[in-house]
Amino acid sequence: MTDRSPAPNAPAVRLHQVSKTYDLGTVGVAAVHDVTLDIPSRRFSVIVGPSGSGKTTLLNLIGCIDTPTAGTIEIDGRSVAALTDDALSDFRAHHIGFVFQTFNLIPVLTAYENVEYPLLRLGLTPARRQELTLGMLDAVGLLDRADRRPNQLSGGQKQRIAIARALVKSPAIVLADEPTANLDSHTGAAIIALMQRMQAMSRTTFIISTHDGQLMSHAEETYHIRDGALES
Amino acid sequence: MKLFTIARRNIRRNARRTALTTTAIAVGVVALLLFGQFVITTVLGFQTNTVRRTGHLSVFHAGYFDFGAGNPGAYSIADYQSVMRLIQDDSVLGALADVITPTVTLYGIAANAQIDATKTFVGSGVVPADRARMGRWNEYHLEPAHPDSGLSDGDISRGVVGVGLARVLGLCHDLAVPRCPAPPVTTATGADAPAAVTNVSELSRRETGTPAPGGARLDLLAATAGGAPNVVNFVVTRADPQGVKELDDAYLAMHFALAQELLYGRGAHEAVAIVLQLHRTEDLARAKARLTGLLAAHHLDLEVRDFGELVPFYGQVIGLFGAIFSFVATIMAIIVLFSVINTMSMSVMERTNEIGTVRALGLRRRDVRRQFLLEGALLGVIGATAGIVLAVLCSILVNRAGLHWMPPGQSAPVPLRLSAAGIVPLIGGVWTGLVIMSTLAALLPASRAARMPVVDSLRHV
Repeated sequence: MTDRSPAPNAPAVRLHQVSKTYDLGTVGVAAVHDVTLDIPSRRFSVIVGPSGSGKTTLLNLIGCIDTPTAGTIEIDGRSVAALTDDALSDFRAHHIGFVFQTFNLIPVLTAYENVEYPLLRLGLTPARRQELTLGMLDAVGLLDRADRRPNQLSGGQKQRIAIARALVKSPAIVLADEPTANLDSHTGAAIIALMQRMQAMSRTTFIISTHDGQLMSHAEETYHIRDGALES
Repeated sequence: MKLFTIARRNIRRNARRTALTTTAIAVGVVALLLFGQFVITTVLGFQTNTVRRTGHLSVFHAGYFDFGAGNPGAYSIADYQSVMRLIQDDSVLGALADVITPTVTLYGIAANAQIDATKTFVGSGVVPADRARMGRWNEYHLEPAHPDSGLSDGDISRGVVGVGLARVLGLCHDLAVPRCPAPPVTTATGADAPAAVTNVSELSRRETGTPAPGGARLDLLAATAGGAPNVVNFVVTRADPQGVKELDDAYLAMHFALAQELLYGRGAHEAVAIVLQLHRTEDLARAKARLTGLLAAHHLDLEVRDFGELVPFYGQVIGLFGAIFSFVATIMAIIVLFSVINTMSMSVMERTNEIGTVRALGLRRRDVRRQFLLEGALLGVIGATAGIVLAVLCSILVNRAGLHWMPPGQSAPVPLRLSAAGIVPLIGGVWTGLVIMSTLAALLPASRAARMPVVDSLRHV
């Protein structure tokens, strides 16, 4: 679990001249181009842009599941450029939580087991895991659905479980890629409210990519991206 | 990491695919186990018959194995009783050996004076009581004990011949041998007539002076160790099929004392070999080494041969069945391999997004690889275990079906039985082999899953 003692006013994420170009045979496509950006810690930040603007690529780079073709990235004060694949896995396991557009729960695990899953890599005792998992399920209001499989849950419930899974290990950063895109507006609003409440409660840095106007209106920080570059 | 839980639930989730794959594995196990049982039963049955006939180890005069067939008398063991005592008194060999008995092997001409028929024979002189005991050897509880050997300790003139020899010498009617035609009547006269046989018969009658007891009578002519012709009367009590035509046409078993009398005449009675039958075949190498060392320590010019050397056909049968089993095992392994590769590849493809998710949550590549390897292994465990249960049921059915077959080296059909002897190592080997094969088959899809870039996996729909 993340040690919460960052330097005062230190950004949670620091990108310096970051580019990501996809090699499509003879043509290189720049998904992110020369992005320099500091995202403050413990804030509810939103990256906004139209489809194909590079939001998801930027989020993937911050989440250490993709590597930049140029530039440096610091997460929670640590440069991730030189980390090996195993070290990046360990880093993600400890410091980063993910919420996906399509929920991405493990279908054969129950809601409880899905939330507990990230804790299994942290070397906690079973009792501590249970305590954290039940606490998080309670926080997202799904304690009574703990033994349900994902296919027995509604879209909103699945996303609540995904949020609980992202937060259960108290990561430095939670990255959410279009978390309301697959939900109706009513459920989407509930999820936004939940994320805000959880962010306020945990003081975790939330970075959300979206083009949902409802979500943008709740942002503490908003970053606009177009054609792979930040708009000032 | 809940690897086992996820593996187990994924296997259950894809029930139809799992059923197909595990059925393929189970069928492989059934085929291998049934055929393996059949091979084991055949080989052990063959071993039982061979050991009953030749014992486990034979002690010969040095050089007998290579040259003695042409002149057994010259390669005999002179003081064989002392050698037998030496072996019996050895603390190790005495405990390992069940029977220690002398034998004489000789070659000669058998004649039926009544129809003027002659035939060369290969004679085996044995101690009837010892031979009867050897015939009861049944380490694997496979074959019924050999019936009465047809020899008698009290009457050295009685013995047994092969059915082929009985047929050639016209003994079928006297011995009531089934499916054994009488020889055609010949009208040879003059120079072609077997005048010598008549002379042999007369010579025999002159030398022994005693009539043989009831039964088909033969005169046996052989050269003594000194080179002189010698004749004895022989009463055939029975004809036994020998399984191999060449042996069947020449085989003749007689009392050890009669064989000595025929081979050594009035000279010192020796033995051609000393046969050891062990309690257990697994002691063979140990007993052979001990016996060789013992003979060398006493400066005896003797050599030790095991039954595999004396009966090369035994090794050939084992080799043949081993090769067939390996072939079947290879086919089954390939079927399992492709079946599991196909199943696991589909699983990886379907769960690409899940692979990306768990990698994003912090699983390392090797954790993903381990996950799919475990699922492959689990498929193998389920299929192989089900296969064992099915194989046991099939084995019971086969044993109760009353089927018969003709094993190699046998002269008559025997019940087809799949023995439980040696089944535990076979089950263990087949189970382990197919589980390993199943796990290895999952290696390729598992490695592919582990190598997937996280972002690409998450994009997969």
